[in-house]
Formats: sequence, structure tokens, C-alpha cells
Amino acid sequence: MSPPSTDQPPAALRVEMTINSDPSSLAVVRGAVTRMAELGGLDETGVHNVTWAIDEALANVIKHGYEGRPDQPIHLTLEGIVGPDGRRGLAVTVRDRGKQVDPATICGRDLADVRPGGLGVHIMRTVMDEVEFSCPMEGGMLLRMVKYVQQGEARCPDRPEGTQP
Amino acid sequence: MTPSTSGVVKEIRQEPEATVVVLAGEVDLNQSPALHAALTEVAANRPRRLIVNLAEVPYMDSSGVGTLVELLRRVNTYKGHLALVGLNERVRGVFEITKLDKFFRIHATEQEAVQT
Repeated sequence: MSPPSTDQPPAALRVEMTINSDPSSLAVVRGAVTRMAELGGLDETGVHNVTWAIDEALANVIKHGYEGRPDQPIHLTLEGIVGPDGRRGLAVTVRDRGKQVDPATICGRDLADVRPGGLGVHIMRTVMDEVEFSCPMEGGMLLRMVKYVQQGEARCPDRPEGTQP
Repeated sequence: MTPSTSGVVKEIRQEPEATVVVLAGEVDLNQSPALHAALTEVAANRPRRLIVNLAEVPYMDSSGVGTLVELLRRVNTYKGHLALVGLNERVRGVFEITKLDKFFRIHATEQEAVQT
């Protein structure tokens, strides 16, 4: 089977996974997300940023949404998309059944205040192109994030670096 | 009492000029509680100069950074010196994005950290 081409629409790229809210799951998710982001055509920095943002999002759900309970479900989806301007990207959703928080109150804290905590949302908003929190009627929180492939960034999945198309 | 090594804490050693804590592995929410406990134990001995070597840390999330911020606050309370060394580009990026690089002494190597 030939490797997927970057010219193909990325709509076929879709992964869903449900994990327990156990911090030991995070390393496994990072591995899967990294591969998915590579297949989505992001460059090395983009792959790192998507992986990092998802890791921070899951950590927030574990710490705040589920208040440290390790046996609660978190549903994660990753999907290749084409944005309104034709740019390719990777859309991520993180869905939990934990505590609801007014999305308007979810913001990064003042970075002049040197203290631990509250940095995850700031990181997500910095490294992703779109970050949107919502409160579904059924309870819990839904986070949607998008990272677009920057112009000239797309790489050829599964093709060793340095080889010609 | 000598603090114990576990999890991402690979080594704690006493050098003539500093106490050095060497971390190895990814520092995330799963590892941060044990790291926090180990660093709190180290800081309880009030080392005048404390160096945390991150050369073998390929990834750190905000919980790891938060743990180091807590350590910095503890060390500052007794007017000690904390330095971070060996940060790779990704780990350094966490400090830069959160603008915490202004508050930590960050050096390339342990040798450089003890010379300043």
C-alpha cells in the first residue's frame, strides 16, 4: 500500500479514543496523538504543540473536572479538517462528564504572578489556532481545538526526511 | 537525611559547590506529585545552591513547571540559589511561553551554573 499523499484531502484521518482519567494514561495518549499529528501533515513543531495542548487539556480535566478521580471517562477525537480558507488542519475534541465551568471564566492567568497552576489554558491558547470551551446540555465539558498546517509546513507522511517526492 | 530517588528523580548528589538533582524522563501530571515530594525533601535541607539538571528530560508539561515554581519559592524563602540546567528546546519553550524564564536562573551546564 502506498503511503498517503499530502495532496489527498485529510478527511479520512479520524481517531477516537476513550481513556480513564488516570494520569498514567497521558504518556500513551501523547504517543498516539504524536503519530496522528504527523499523519495530519504538521511539521515537528506543530506535532509537538498539538501533543502538548492535548496533554494540558487532559491534565486539566483530570485535576479540575474530575478532581483527581482516576476512573472517569474522557473521550478524545482527532480529525483531519479543511478550514474555511482551504487550509488543512487537525481538529481535536476533549469531552468529559466532570464539573461544568462557565466557559467565559476559563482563561489563562496573569503571568506576572509567579505561582504554580493555571498555566495549561494559557499554553493551549498560545500553541493552538482555535480553542473553544462549551458546556453541553448533557453535562460535563467539551473542548474543541484546531491546529492548522502553516504554509510550506506540510510534510509527506511516512517518507524519510531528505528524500524527494 | 539523604532524600531518596524515585520516578523521574534519577540522582541526587552533593557537589562541593552545590546540591544537584538530576531528572530523567517525561515530566507530566503522572510524575509531578512524586517529583514534588522529592524536591520538597531536598529543599528541606536548605542547600545554599541547588541545581536541577534537566538534560535527560525530553518533555515537561505545566504541572512539571509548576513543581519547579514551588521549589523556587521554597528556595527563595531561605535566600538560596536555584538554577536549572540542560533544558532542551522544547522544555525551554514551556518556560518561555509561560514567561517563567525571567524568574529562573537557566544555564547550559552544571559547570556554568556554579560559576555564576
